[in-house]
Amino acid sequence: MAYSDKVLDHYNNPRNVGSLDKDANNVGTGIVGAPECGDVMKLQIQVEEDRIVDAKFKTYGCGSAIASSSLATEWLKGKTVDEALEIKNTDIVDELQLPPVKIHCSVLAEDAIRAALQDVKDKADKEKE
Amino acid sequence: MSKAVYMDYLATTPVDPRVMEAMVPFFTSIYGNAASRNHQFGWEAEEAVENARKSIADAIGAKPSEIIFTSGATESNNLSLAGLWEMYKEKGNHIVTLVTEHKCVLDTSEYLQREKGVDVTFLPVKEDGLVDLKELEAALRDDTLLVSVMFANNEIGVLQPISEIGKLCKERGIFFHTDAAQALGKVPINVEDLGVDLLSMSGHKVYGPKGIGALYVRKRKPRVKLKPIIHGGGHERGMRSGTLNVPAIVGFGKAVEIAIDEMEAETKRASKLRDRLEQALLKELDYTQVNGNLEHRLPGLSNISFNYVEGEGLMMAIPDIAVSSGSACTSASLEPSYVLKALGLSDELAHSSIRFGIGRFTTVKEVDYVVQSMVKGVQKLRELSPLYEMVLDGVDLSTVTWQHH
Repeated sequence: MAYSDKVLDHYNNPRNVGSLDKDANNVGTGIVGAPECGDVMKLQIQVEEDRIVDAKFKTYGCGSAIASSSLATEWLKGKTVDEALEIKNTDIVDELQLPPVKIHCSVLAEDAIRAALQDVKDKADKEKE
Repeated sequence: MSKAVYMDYLATTPVDPRVMEAMVPFFTSIYGNAASRNHQFGWEAEEAVENARKSIADAIGAKPSEIIFTSGATESNNLSLAGLWEMYKEKGNHIVTLVTEHKCVLDTSEYLQREKGVDVTFLPVKEDGLVDLKELEAALRDDTLLVSVMFANNEIGVLQPISEIGKLCKERGIFFHTDAAQALGKVPINVEDLGVDLLSMSGHKVYGPKGIGALYVRKRKPRVKLKPIIHGGGHERGMRSGTLNVPAIVGFGKAVEIAIDEMEAETKRASKLRDRLEQALLKELDYTQVNGNLEHRLPGLSNISFNYVEGEGLMMAIPDIAVSSGSACTSASLEPSYVLKALGLSDELAHSSIRFGIGRFTTVKEVDYVVQSMVKGVQKLRELSPLYEMVLDGVDLSTVTWQHH
């Protein structure tokens, strides 16, 4: 199976690998997937005044999964929280030219983005209480 | 390394140059149909076929008349199960096999179960991949017709206790089939000592061409007969019709001769290389384990799990090395290797496994290069791995609730 150049690029030069402080109030963490499926993504975002100023990821999975999450962090940086919610897995499929059998990797990346955004929202709601 | 390193000898092998040389005349010079009784072209082809048949029979301690040629081990396995059952179904309607058998044995068993109402017991294996002989014995019934247990497993290389199983079957008058595709030419085989009645063989696993295999069908004590699954002119004593693939048969015969000749030396060499690879990897990397019984296995095979790193992703880190993975990222079910799961491996470990198959043309340089590349690749992916991060933080992954979708 041939990987697209973009997938190979992300795999060989992954962007934004690492971790943010998950306990920080303005950091949202999304962990999705499961080891038994062979895909686990951890996506973290740092939000300041509604804008995502930093994003980091770590992924256990195939090349397409790594590329999907790496791309996600690239796209998230600089977006507002609302703009981030508009990212769809199909955008990722198009950008990376993922074959049908790898579409689930992009879906997982979208799930990770939403989970991280939700975590930020939950923390903000909690602070208000 | 300018060329890719091939370390997937269990998937297939290149045709040995000596085998190639032996085959060539049979494409354009000695091209007769081996069944043409009336002229020289046919006789010469037939003679070549019979020579090959003898080489293969000698390799397993059988008589030439007990060897029939097929298109490969898959066909031989199909014929052994379905062909035997068709012949003897009045005698018994129960088959016993293992969950770790090759797909063609499992699928044929399931087909017989589904379409023909045959009762099949798929026995589990122990953590090291070996069948528990007591469990096997307990599974044998009065109506058990056949036991099918593979000689050497293709994924983990484990060697089953064939002669013990043979004894159990003989005592009860049960037919015993073994898929020896991965074992032929690598470990000594003698059908009398082992007590097998049917034995499947494959050409392309032993430096012969693809598309050719053979089946040993016992003629004495007991005499085994099979109903053919391919009908036609009645070739191969009525058990397998179809014009014989003479060049491939010649190649197969030559390949087996070479393998038997060189088996002792090659076993030593391959084991040494395999041990070198294994020891180096286990030394350089933590959370790494070898799967399957370490003593009773094929020389040259090493199935290793690199925990917290996914197999397909890992193979991408070594694009110029050919190996195979127990990860099934591409298969629709997202399930890892059923063989590794049968050993009781967790899903992460099954998804993180790589099968290294060292063979006749593997060099020390290649092994060292593979070790180097694997270490680099695993380390790079562990940096990317949230699981590895969690483990280093002291998290017990088995206690985590994962968000499935």
